[in-house]
Amino acid sequence: MAVDDKMVARVAGLARLKLAPEEGAKMTRELNNILGWIDQLQAVETGNTQPMNAVMPITREWRADVVTDGNIAEDVLANAPEAAHGFFAVPKVIE
Amino acid sequence: MTTPYTDGPAGTYTIEGQTGPWELVIGLEVHAQVTSNSKLFSGAATEFGAEPNSQVSLVDAAMPGMLPVLNGECVAQAVRTGLALGATINRWSRFDRKNYFYADLPQGYQISQFQHPVVGEGAIEVETDDGQKTTVGIERIHLEQDAGKSIHDLSPTMSYVDLNRSGVALMEIVSKPDIRSPQEAGAYVGQLRSILRAIGTCDGNMQEGSMRADVNVSVRKPGAPFGTRCEIKNVNSIRFIQQAIVSEAKRQVEILESGGQIRQETRLFDPETQETRSLRSKEDAHDYRYFPEPDLLPLELTEEFIAECKASLPELPAAKRARYENELALSPYLAGVLTADAEHARWFETLLADSARRQGKPEIDVAERAANWMTGDLFGALNKLDLDISASPVTPTQGGELLALMADGTLSGPLAKQVFEIMLETRENPGDIAEARGLKQVSDTGALETAIAEVLAANPDKLAEYRSGKDKLFGFFVGQVMKASGGKANPAVVNELLKKALA
Repeated sequence: MAVDDKMVARVAGLARLKLAPEEGAKMTRELNNILGWIDQLQAVETGNTQPMNAVMPITREWRADVVTDGNIAEDVLANAPEAAHGFFAVPKVIE
Repeated sequence: MTTPYTDGPAGTYTIEGQTGPWELVIGLEVHAQVTSNSKLFSGAATEFGAEPNSQVSLVDAAMPGMLPVLNGECVAQAVRTGLALGATINRWSRFDRKNYFYADLPQGYQISQFQHPVVGEGAIEVETDDGQKTTVGIERIHLEQDAGKSIHDLSPTMSYVDLNRSGVALMEIVSKPDIRSPQEAGAYVGQLRSILRAIGTCDGNMQEGSMRADVNVSVRKPGAPFGTRCEIKNVNSIRFIQQAIVSEAKRQVEILESGGQIRQETRLFDPETQETRSLRSKEDAHDYRYFPEPDLLPLELTEEFIAECKASLPELPAAKRARYENELALSPYLAGVLTADAEHARWFETLLADSARRQGKPEIDVAERAANWMTGDLFGALNKLDLDISASPVTPTQGGELLALMADGTLSGPLAKQVFEIMLETRENPGDIAEARGLKQVSDTGALETAIAEVLAANPDKLAEYRSGKDKLFGFFVGQVMKASGGKANPAVVNELLKKALA
C-alpha cells in the first residue's frame, strides 16, 4: 500500500493539521517508507495466528464506581490558552 | 406535492405521493447515559448541573500521560440492559478509538466500541397507542464516552466548553431498520425508556439529555428494496423524533418523485421550522479512522459476572404488566398505564398493599378501585399541578386510607373528591380531614328522616304531583335531601328512607 499527496492532504485536513505543499510531499515520502515496512510484515504468514489484542496478560482491573476525582477546575483550565467564567473559551464553532 | 400521511391498504403507514404511496424504513440509534456515580474511565462525578469543569479529572481533560481505567459498574449496567432487551452478551469485546476533531473532545478521539460491542442482537415488543404490536430488533449495544458541551450563545466571538460530561458513560442502543411509522418509533423509544428506568441503568431524562436519538430514515415503494437513508442527528424528545421522521420522509418523497436522488448525509432537525437541513454530506463525512484502543485491555466477561447482573434485574415492565392483568385482573389499559413508568408502578404497589391491608381484603379485590383512583383522580390532579409522581403531595398510604374510607361508606364519591382536594393542598391525612371538617357521610337514619320530613313539608305541591303518579319527581326529592345535608347524606340510605316516606 502507498499513499499519495492527495491522501495525505485529506488525512491532515481531518486531523486539522495545516501542511504546506512541501511539508505534505515530505510527509508522503515518510509515510510511504513506513508503509513499505508494513508491506514487508505482510509477507509473514499469520493465517493460523490469533491476533494479539494486548501485550499484558488480561486481568480484570476495574475501578469501583466511586467518585475519587474532580473539583480541580483551576488545574484543568491552567494550560488553556483562554478561559472565561470557568469554561474553556475557543474560537466560535458553529457547524 | 405530498399530502399528509394516510393509512395504506394493509394498515401500514405510508406517505401519499403523486406516484402513489411510499413506505418508511426507520432505524434508531439511542444514546442513553449510563446511571453511575463516576465516569466510564475516570473517578470524576457524573451529576447533572454542576459548576462548569468542576467534575473533570485530568483523564477527562486528556492531559498527556493520563490513562483510562474502566468502571466495572458501567459494564454491569450495559450487561443488565442487554439482558433486559433479551440480547446476546458478548463474552469478549473491545474498545476502539473513533478519531474526530471538535472543540469539546479534548482527546481528539472518542473511546467507543466499533467492531466488537459488549452486547449483540436482541428484540423488544412495542405497542403503539392504537394497540398494534410489533417487534423491533436490537442490532447491538456498545459502551462509549460522552463528549463535553459547547455553548455558543454566551459570547459573540467565542464558544465556551464545559467538560463535565466529557467521559460520562453512554450506551448506544442500535435498532434494526424494523420501524415503519413515526408512531412505532415513538412507541419504541417509550418502551426502551420504560425498561431502562425500571432496571435503573439510565434515568431516561430526555430534557437533561440523558437519552437522545439519531434517526435513520429512508423511503421506498411498498415491497421495494431499502432506499438510500439519511441520518438525523441528536433528536432529544419523542415528539421531535416523530416530527423529524415525517418531515424527512416527505422531503425524500418529493426529491424522488421529481426525478432526483437521495444523497446519504447527516441532517439536523429544527423544531422551529419543522424541517431537517443538511449538516454534512457523505463526501466530507467524518472518516473516523477507527483502531483498537491501545490503552485498554479487551473486555472479557465471566459467566459468574453475567449471572450476577441477571440476578440483580428487577421485574421488567412487560412481565409486570402481564402480572397486573393476570393476578390483579386489571384491564390491559390500566396495566399498561401503571407499568409504563417504574415510579408509577412502585407508587401503585404501595397504594395497593396499603389499601388491601386497611380493608382486610386480598389485593385482587381492591386493585381495580385503586388503579382507577390513581390513574383518574391522582394523575388528573398531578397533571393540573404539573407535578411528577415523585413530588406528589399525597402519599400512597394516604391514598390507601382514602380508598378505605370510601369502601367502608365513611366517604361518598363526591365527599371523597372534596377530601382529596384538601389533601392536595394541606397534605393532611384523609381521616383527619373528614373528622375535622365534618365531611363524613351521614347514614344516621334519625337525622335523615328529619331532613326528609322537612323537605316533604316544604314542597306540598311537588308531593301532590308525585302522589298523582309523577314518579320522576323521586329524583327531585333525593336531590333536595342531599342538598339539605350539605352533600353529606349517604345516597343509598336516603333512597331507602324516601321510598318509605313516600309510600
